[in-house]
Amino acid sequence: MDVRAQISMVFHLDKCIGCHTCSIACKNIWTDRKGAEYMWWNNVETKPGTGYPTKWEDQEIYKGGWEKKPGGNARLKGAGKLRGLLNIFHNPHLPVIDDYYEPFTYKYLDLIESPAGDDQPTARPVSLITGKPMDIKMGPNWDDDLSGTPDYARQDPNLKDLSPAEQEAMFQLERMAFFYLPRICNHCLNPACVASCPSGAIYKRGEDGVVLINQKVCRAWRMCVTACPYKKSYFNWGTGKSEKCILCYPRLEAGYAPACMHSCVGRIRYLGVMLYDADSISEVVNNIEKDVDLVNQQLGMLLDPFSESVIKAAKENGISDSTLKAAQDSPVYKFVKEWGLALPLHPEFRTLPMLFYVPPLLPVMASLSAADHGEQAKKMDPAAKFWNDGWLYNTSTEELWGTIDQARFPLKYLASMFSAGDEEKIKAILKKLMAVRIYRRWKTVGDVNEEKAAAVLKDAGLTADTAEGIYYLTSLAKFDDRFVIPPAHREQAIEMLEFAGDTKGSVGFGFKEKPERGW
Amino acid sequence: MAILDNFLLIGLPYTALIVFLVGTIYRYKATKFSYSSLSSQFLEGRQLFWGAMAFHWGILFLFFGHLTAFLIPRQVITFNSHPLRLLILEVTAFAFGLIVLFGIITLLVRRISNPRLKPVTSRMDIVIIALLIVEVVLGLLVALNARWGSTWFAAVLTPYLRSIFILQPDIAAVSALPWLIKWHIVGAYVIFGLIPFTRLVHLLVVPLHYLWRPYQRVLWAWPRKKVRDPNSEWTFTKPGNN
Ligand code: SF4
Ligand code: SF4
Repeated sequence: MDVRAQISMVFHLDKCIGCHTCSIACKNIWTDRKGAEYMWWNNVETKPGTGYPTKWEDQEIYKGGWEKKPGGNARLKGAGKLRGLLNIFHNPHLPVIDDYYEPFTYKYLDLIESPAGDDQPTARPVSLITGKPMDIKMGPNWDDDLSGTPDYARQDPNLKDLSPAEQEAMFQLERMAFFYLPRICNHCLNPACVASCPSGAIYKRGEDGVVLINQKVCRAWRMCVTACPYKKSYFNWGTGKSEKCILCYPRLEAGYAPACMHSCVGRIRYLGVMLYDADSISEVVNNIEKDVDLVNQQLGMLLDPFSESVIKAAKENGISDSTLKAAQDSPVYKFVKEWGLALPLHPEFRTLPMLFYVPPLLPVMASLSAADHGEQAKKMDPAAKFWNDGWLYNTSTEELWGTIDQARFPLKYLASMFSAGDEEKIKAILKKLMAVRIYRRWKTVGDVNEEKAAAVLKDAGLTADTAEGIYYLTSLAKFDDRFVIPPAHREQAIEMLEFAGDTKGSVGFGFKEKPERGW
Repeated sequence: MAILDNFLLIGLPYTALIVFLVGTIYRYKATKFSYSSLSSQFLEGRQLFWGAMAFHWGILFLFFGHLTAFLIPRQVITFNSHPLRLLILEVTAFAFGLIVLFGIITLLVRRISNPRLKPVTSRMDIVIIALLIVEVVLGLLVALNARWGSTWFAAVLTPYLRSIFILQPDIAAVSALPWLIKWHIVGAYVIFGLIPFTRLVHLLVVPLHYLWRPYQRVLWAWPRKKVRDPNSEWTFTKPGNN
């Protein structure tokens, strides 16, 4: 057992309000530069929708991630040693700027500077690449909130497993729902970006699992952009270097939360330490044949920080006590392992992503039953009668129990995102979430009776204590409950970047070079 | 004429060699960040496919062709002793020359005509593309006017280049060559000397080590396991990420 620590995040999707504060916080700190304007290390997309870059989940287009043929080892789908080197002059699978969008700004000064005239001055959009006026055809979050639209929602790659009838049903006007999916780099355990980099510029930090690109070693071979199935490695066209989310490691080392998490309005994010067994990475990636088994296997790699043997092995590996303590208090561990509420995004890409999502209950919540709206319809203008489809959309808590299957948002859709198609897994989680609601409703509102509350808890496999725990961490948690990482030990953090012994004794001289004489 | 010959065929190669060595090493040490070719595929990919593919594969073939004639002249001459083989070799090489020309012109047209590429095009990019075009055209003219270059290269140029490398320059044979060929040689020296000042430095960092490194890379800034080993030197650790 090779125990390592990883800083990991949970996104509670029910709580995300799609405000994009996280994206802006990230942009302001990291990517508000030439060549990086189009990058959103953190982005929030509307689901169903095509996402950013357009249809990133469709690996038939982008060739990201690992693929596994029966019996063989997993190999990179669009990169790799031979393929990468042969395609080095022109990478046939590289997305181009138009797959994201052409960055633009407006000539605001024209509003002020234009001479007096009969017409209102306008601020024309100009391209941030060429500086010339342009027509904006795409922008960040172009499909924000556009569920049901033919160009966006219906192009969602996750719909491919749904039958046409199911898709139609999903986009009926009254049934329509959507949710938000905030995404950052997953800081994977089996990162495709690292594996694809010919220069070896990308690496995973052993101490905390953050995946970084060394800007001095990156030489614009562009393979990581293709290889990352989440399209979270971006090419800076100005510097010719790839860049990606750094999990705000300078902030982490100083004891601050990453900017996206710190600014999150919905408080949907939880950050904590996870211990995992690095020995089993290759086993899981290369030997598990069926994609649906990947989730369980990946969750199985995450270790119990309370177990004696794990603690012993961790200490042997040099993991410090403070990290172990943080792992025991980790909110991520609770969501992912203890309560089994959070799943990785698209585990079938086989990168072993280390961010987890609590699938949203809200778009599912509303059951359908047949109803006769005839009386009501008679009173209406004929033009408005199209809504009379004979369904009743019941959103009351009471009715939902047991009808999750007929929910307005097909579980299959969520399953294709979070569990490689395993609907049972999604269902179990949604049931738990629902059970906690019903239980709390009994406690606070009182319109559900105690037997019912106890019955649903039992049905979902929860105890009252666990339900309280989930309720607390979901609704009441303070910042320090959501953000639990060990100190990076400021005094040691510097050593993550440079060898402090070199500068010993030179403090105050104002230089960081070695005080060393070659000649 | 002797002075000019001496300058172009002795002075220039040594200058180019020194500039190349000092320049590339200095640039690697001082501005490692810039040590690559600034890829523009992200901004424009379709024309690049035709340009870059034709240019790179073509120039690789031609470069290794020249290198072969330099390294194993005797075998090349023997190979060419059969007229048909000679013909095939020459025609292939000429075809690759045309491919390179097509590629590099595509790249130039693309650079100039696409407004998106302007902000990522430096003056040296244009200079080096222009020089390469001149060099390739000269090479093609040489192939047309002074036929069977693969044989006379091995017979005349290889001894000359070798004499340069062993620091006993002997230009007696080369200076008798027609000017067309001499300019092709000079062009090569100029381009060689300009490598450190252009995007061409990327050919010095071709990532072949990728072939034998493991796919995954995990770096420990502070390998506590080692630190705790009382037998390890305390200064063993260097940050692996810099
Ligand atoms: S999500 Fe992050 S760590 Fe995973 S492959 Fe993509 S860039 Fe690499
Ligand atoms: S700040 Fe939080 S709530 Fe707002 S979009 Fe981002 S993740 Fe969602």
